[in-house]
Amino acid sequence: MTVIPGSPKSRLDPDPMPRRDWLGLASLWSAASALLFGLVGSMRLPKAAVVAAPSKTFKVTLPDSLAAGEAFVPAGRAVAVYRDAEGIHAISTICTHLGCVVKSNAEGFECPCHGSRFDATGGVVKGPAPRALAWLQVKVSGSEIQVDEGKAVPSGTKVKNA
Amino acid sequence: MSTEAKSAMTEFTSNLRSVPRRMLESAFRSGKPNTDRTRSTFVFSNVFLHLHSVRTHRWSLRWTTTMGLGLATTAAFLITLFTGVLLMFYYKPYPDVAYQSIKDIHFVVPTGRFMRNIHRWAANVMVVTVILHMARAFYTASYRRPREFNWLVGMGLLAITLGLSFTGYLLPWDQLAYWAITIGANIAQSPREVTDALNLTDYFDPGGFQRSLLLGSEIVGEEALIRFYLLHVMILPLALVALMTIHFWRIRKDGGIARPADADARLEAPAGAVYPVFTQAPQKTYQLAAIVKGRTSAVERGPENTVPSMPHLFYAELAILMLTALVCVALSLVSDAPLKELANPSVPENPAKAPWYFLGLQELVAFSAFMGGIGVPSVVLIGLGLIPYLDREKAGTGEWFGGPGGARLVRRSLMVGFGASILIEAFVIRFGWIREWFPHVPQLVVTALNPGTLLTLVYGLYSVWLVKRYQSTRAGALGLFTCFLCGFLVLTVIGTYFRGPNWDFYWSPSLWPHH
Ligand code: HEM
Ligand code: FES
Repeated sequence: MTVIPGSPKSRLDPDPMPRRDWLGLASLWSAASALLFGLVGSMRLPKAAVVAAPSKTFKVTLPDSLAAGEAFVPAGRAVAVYRDAEGIHAISTICTHLGCVVKSNAEGFECPCHGSRFDATGGVVKGPAPRALAWLQVKVSGSEIQVDEGKAVPSGTKVKNA
Repeated sequence: MSTEAKSAMTEFTSNLRSVPRRMLESAFRSGKPNTDRTRSTFVFSNVFLHLHSVRTHRWSLRWTTTMGLGLATTAAFLITLFTGVLLMFYYKPYPDVAYQSIKDIHFVVPTGRFMRNIHRWAANVMVVTVILHMARAFYTASYRRPREFNWLVGMGLLAITLGLSFTGYLLPWDQLAYWAITIGANIAQSPREVTDALNLTDYFDPGGFQRSLLLGSEIVGEEALIRFYLLHVMILPLALVALMTIHFWRIRKDGGIARPADADARLEAPAGAVYPVFTQAPQKTYQLAAIVKGRTSAVERGPENTVPSMPHLFYAELAILMLTALVCVALSLVSDAPLKELANPSVPENPAKAPWYFLGLQELVAFSAFMGGIGVPSVVLIGLGLIPYLDREKAGTGEWFGGPGGARLVRRSLMVGFGASILIEAFVIRFGWIREWFPHVPQLVVTALNPGTLLTLVYGLYSVWLVKRYQSTRAGALGLFTCFLCGFLVLTVIGTYFRGPNWDFYWSPSLWPHH
């Protein structure tokens, strides 16, 4: 729409925004954006950059009397370590459902919390657990075995003395 | 000179003597509430009482209108607030130390055990009454315009009430607490059940985010405890009080408790002396008439069938408060709050049970973590929240089981609700579920198709059928709500009484194997 200077204003022309309204809106928007920035920034607060947690790797020595296929559970660890002819392997005993600690039994493992059952290789046979129990990385040197609870390996990975 | 001094002294002593009376008068400026006028000023010159209106409709005061359930919830909350603050003097939110401090409260602090018991019991009473209160508001169709938003506020209150109970359950840091946090945090993480199955977790991990937000660490430890403590004693109570204030203010602004359109006609005449139903014409109503909603003007006429809130409403409220306190104290005298052994991260309690009101959920979670812990509850919450916006009918407001179908429909829905949930549970307990028949079936199939989702589907279809059959949304809502109450009840009872070690089914705890 062309506006000829001096011509009467059309009914359709927008009203010029009064200065007060403009200042009011500007301060509202700056307050809102400041708040937003503050909020987004503080979203980082809930998670510390470094969280203290006990070390995930530990060393064990298996007792000589440990039979093939029998679970050895180091004190205070949620891991079952096995030794058989093919080597040594470790299975995490943390249930893949909701994190309870499973108990090993004759057929494999059972979870006390919602009744998941696993076979001897950790595969789910019953209950709500969505995945098989994790196999953990094992390093063997002599009689000393190092297990890393933080590193999963494919099921069936057994390690011989290097 | 001496006379002047004497009179000043006399005045001083007489002023001194009247100090207590003057203090009282300055605090309560309206005088004794014994006329219509002073009864009103008694209410609106007091910041707490003024959340109520000055006069209350006689329908609202009938026992069957509310059964006092909302008030009982408020009372239970006040009791937990009071006892909770006392417990805070001794409780120390640090792993292991927390356990010792609860033990001290229980065995060493004088009256500590009593306070702890009352706190526990009042919290349980609060959960029961808030659920019953919601059922009352639903079955009397009190959520309809203009009360839709207050129903939503109520749902916020329900969520916070459950949150308070859950966070409180964790503070003793005993075996139950530790494993309940572990399970709770992993339920928060359970969206991974879906993202894992789709191989998305590395890029998009809402589950992991929720878990670390709750725990503040990768393990359940001191960070988690302090977070739950803060939620329990600060954040949730403050949020609850804020929402409660809105809830109450809204009741007043919405014209008091919902009542049937023909309530006035159905009320019997007041028993003369007992109910002073308006004796003096109100003054100054012209100004108010401009802002107060309503069909008739109340000028020169009292609003009919209302009585002064002081004393009629307030004494009823006081009675309910006393009754709730009595129940909590009586329960605390006969039954102690539990405390198991110190938390042991390598051996779960077996069975590890959540607080009773979550055992229905635990039953669902035992089918699928994501669906039971997040999927089905979200569907239920969204469904509840939509009720007042979908049901915009008029018939039956303020009436028990009001609406098409009425009590008969509710009785039928009870049968459907109980029937379906018991059948499905019995089937699973007897024959197991997909994972046992086909061990290698993809997880997504089990997540989507499990007893919990199936039950939800059956209830949903039933209520859609009701909408068609009665040509009424309210009828569908009546059926659905009733079904969900039944499902909740059945699952909770099974979780509480019939689940033993390894979450196996047992007819009674005496049959549990002992190790
Ligand atoms: C901490 C929780 C709650 C407290 C303390 C509370 C308190 C109250 C109180 C004192 C009343 C007055 C009438 C009565 O006593 O029944 C009321 C009314 C009401 N409440 Fe709640 N309530 C809570 C939770 C809920 C929930 C979970 C809902 C539903 C989702 C809800 C929905 C309503 C509605 C719709 C009304 C108005 C009823 C009517 O007008 O007849 N409230 N509430
Ligand atoms: S945590 Fe193992 S079955 Fe639920």
